[in-house]
Amino acid sequence: MKTLIDRQTLQFLVHDLLEVESLCERPAFVDHSPEIFQSVIDTAETIATKYFADHNAKADQNEPVFDGKKVTMIPEVKIAYEHYADAGFLGATFSAELGGMALPKLVNSAAQSYFLSANPSTVAYPFLTSAAAGVIEKFGSQEQKDRFLRPMLAGRYTGTMALTEPDVGSSLGDLRTSATPAKDGTYLIKGHKMYISGGDHELSENIVHLVLARIKGAPKGVKGISLFIVPKKPISEEAEVSLTDNDVVLAGLLHKMGYRGTTSTVLNFGENDRCVGYLLGEANHGLSYMFQMMNEARIGVGLGAAVMGYRGFLESLDYAKQRTQGRLPSNRNPDSPPVAIIQHADVKKMLLQQKCYSEGALALCLYASKLVDDLETHEDDKQRESASELLDLLTPIVKAWPSHYGPRANDLAIQVLAGAGYTKDYPLEQLYRDNRLNPIHEGTNGIQALDLTGRKLWQKGSQGLKELAMRVQATIDEAKACKPLAANANAVAGVLKDLQQTTFQLASVLQQKGPELALANASEYLDSFGGLVVGWLWLAQAVKAQALLDERKNGTMGQYSEAFLQGKIQACNFYMNTELPRLAAQLTHFNTFDDTALAMQEAWF
Amino acid sequence: MKVLVAVKRVIDYNVKVRVKPDNTGVDLTNVKMAMNPFCEIAVEEAVRLKEKGVATEIVVVSIGPKAAQEQIRTALALGADRGIHVETDEEIQSLAAAKLLKAVVDKEQPSLVILGKQSIDNDNNQTGQMLAALAGYPQGTFASEVSVDGDKVKVTREIDGGLMTVSLNLPAIVTTDLRLNEPRYASLPNIMKAKKKPLESTTPADLGVDVTPRLTTLKVEAPAQRQAGIKVADVAELVDKLKNEAKVI
Ligand SMILES: Cc1cc2nc3c(=O)[nH]c(=O)nc-3n(C[C@H](O)[C@H](O)[C@H](O)COP(=O)(O)OP(=O)(O)OC[C@H]3O[C@@H](n4cnc5c(N)ncnc54)[C@H](O)[C@@H]3O)c2cc1C
Repeated sequence: MKTLIDRQTLQFLVHDLLEVESLCERPAFVDHSPEIFQSVIDTAETIATKYFADHNAKADQNEPVFDGKKVTMIPEVKIAYEHYADAGFLGATFSAELGGMALPKLVNSAAQSYFLSANPSTVAYPFLTSAAAGVIEKFGSQEQKDRFLRPMLAGRYTGTMALTEPDVGSSLGDLRTSATPAKDGTYLIKGHKMYISGGDHELSENIVHLVLARIKGAPKGVKGISLFIVPKKPISEEAEVSLTDNDVVLAGLLHKMGYRGTTSTVLNFGENDRCVGYLLGEANHGLSYMFQMMNEARIGVGLGAAVMGYRGFLESLDYAKQRTQGRLPSNRNPDSPPVAIIQHADVKKMLLQQKCYSEGALALCLYASKLVDDLETHEDDKQRESASELLDLLTPIVKAWPSHYGPRANDLAIQVLAGAGYTKDYPLEQLYRDNRLNPIHEGTNGIQALDLTGRKLWQKGSQGLKELAMRVQATIDEAKACKPLAANANAVAGVLKDLQQTTFQLASVLQQKGPELALANASEYLDSFGGLVVGWLWLAQAVKAQALLDERKNGTMGQYSEAFLQGKIQACNFYMNTELPRLAAQLTHFNTFDDTALAMQEAWF
Repeated sequence: MKVLVAVKRVIDYNVKVRVKPDNTGVDLTNVKMAMNPFCEIAVEEAVRLKEKGVATEIVVVSIGPKAAQEQIRTALALGADRGIHVETDEEIQSLAAAKLLKAVVDKEQPSLVILGKQSIDNDNNQTGQMLAALAGYPQGTFASEVSVDGDKVKVTREIDGGLMTVSLNLPAIVTTDLRLNEPRYASLPNIMKAKKKPLESTTPADLGVDVTPRLTTLKVEAPAQRQAGIKVADVAELVDKLKNEAKVI
């Protein structure tokens, strides 16, 4: 069996870095225990291994087909969906009143990482369902919860998020789908949506679309967008599915380079003017509702990207230990046996980069999940508030950094295998294609950079940034007290200072010269910011690993091997010695507010 | 009808086992431990008997260190009703395990005891049989089908070259083979419910059993590495190699 995620790696992040046990002390989680958390993660591993990993390649080779009437796909997807639902994962983080398990987000993310590693395109269906259910839970009326949310959590209905239109992607304020009030309080929805994942299939009795649309007469732009529940099939009062349709028509499936097991649909709503939608929450607040949910969905995107990067790392590590080729530069004897390629420094370097990117990204996404737990369940008001501010600030990074560096790790993994990596005999080319989606959806990485530099940095008097600086500084202080890590601590401190100065500069350029110039190189800023945050989390991991190594010297063996802990420290060293200098240089460049790209003219291309 | 199921904590079947450098045993540090796969099958069978309305209570027992409670909790999450942990850090050999289980059987008076046919760590395939002898119960080993009918249990056994069906008077001992069933996994709601199920702890001393090992392990070695195979051109070459190189014919 292929390892989906190394147990020590996940355990170290969840237990040692993020101290999941401490959550059990909170009233919200008193019914839980560390053993329960572990059992949940074990069950995820079992189901992911048995029912998801089995058809990852098969689903890629056999994408869903639409014959004009029905979508068909390989049967394994439905079996996997049913196991996921039956085991209770759809409702893992929902309240007990709704039949959920009220698990911490951190534990849920750890469990999800197994499914994402096994088969990202099949798990997209239940993932979207839980995400859509989360919106209805937060903003829906009691009646809407009974009619839609319960069957969703029970696995009977699936969910989608229908934002994008053929002409409207990043700029949702321009969307055109309309909603006309009907006499009975419902709305008639009309418009076209595109790229809607899971928008049609035969996995469930019904599909609940969450559709962004503009009510007739509502203001232009983002302030006039409302959110509607639009079921594929109409739902009668008894919450039973009736046979007629709700005028939601599948215009066609899109054929993609990756995530080929997930249907990507073009949907026409209300072609016959009888598509009924139910307003969620208040009119004109749709986008903010959607974004609250998207914040968690964005952690999911980052997590998927991180885990796929990690899968590639494991595959290439395995290969590098087996494959023999060439000799070390100092050996000129042609009679000597060739070495395993893992002996070559260049290969080790590619493996270390992958380890740094993927385990660093995984740490970041799990950290963000814990912030969600903190803002929802921490007993201290102040802690809840600071977690909320910090999460707001970090969300664009949690989405964009892993989704940039996860595919980068896959690229390196292919390079480690070289010719073999380019063939379909190994799973790397699929991982690479699948992972390539992540910088695109849930807001492109370019949009995330604008969100960070144009909005998130300055929200609430930049409290998020101050909180982050404090937390980074605390780790720096801890690391400084630990001799072997002092140099690494100084490296992080240096970049933190650079980043703070750059941010200060950014604020003044924004004010004095306007956003065009100030935000022209926003992606560089996001990259440096993300790199620093991940560097901080590597430093924190090294501090924990060093402490555990010291304990070993004193005779307490603990649950990690010495090699595992050494590996954490060496990866931290590598990150500090190779990545941080690059970030520092990038910040220096950003600070010049270089306008070369901005000044480029269309005709000059 | 009360069913007693014995479960053992062993190294996970997915883990590549490493022998300790001093050849005294297997290296258990930092490895994933899990319920013995044959014991999982035993638990599953008991749960199915309960779902059919045949069994009314499932008691699960495990002998081992404190951590063995994890495997009891797993069994509880799979559908067992309560657990008994016989806590000991000693090496427990088959005979000692059988004696401890006999003591539990005396106390619990189950109608059916289900065990795995062997545990994948030591592959002894003895405990069920020894327990049957000690308790004076009939035994149906290597079960691939179990059906209870009144005060009898019909057990289809996997034997060399076929199947043998036996009918045993209850109370009886059954040991499971791989094909008996496919175990379920613990669903999240059941994991939560398991926490509230009772788990009682006892010790070999409480049960009045001397667990001193009767056998001494002299040496544990990893199997020899398999040599790469070769292709032969024809039958003549094969016969020649078997005769002259392998010297087996
Ligand atoms: C496989 C897949 C699944 C998807 N699933 C869903 C789904 O379930 N539901 C859903 O609603 N949508 C979904 N999407 C749509 C996805 O969210 C959009 O593709 C994404 O938001 C970008 O929109 P676009 O493709 O129209 O690109 P555009 O918005 O046209 O962007 C093109 C390029 O221009 C850049 N750009 C755009 N605006 C600006 C700006 N103001 N400043 C700087 N640069 C800018 C972008 O960064 C990008 O590089 C999915 C897409 C894919 C590929």
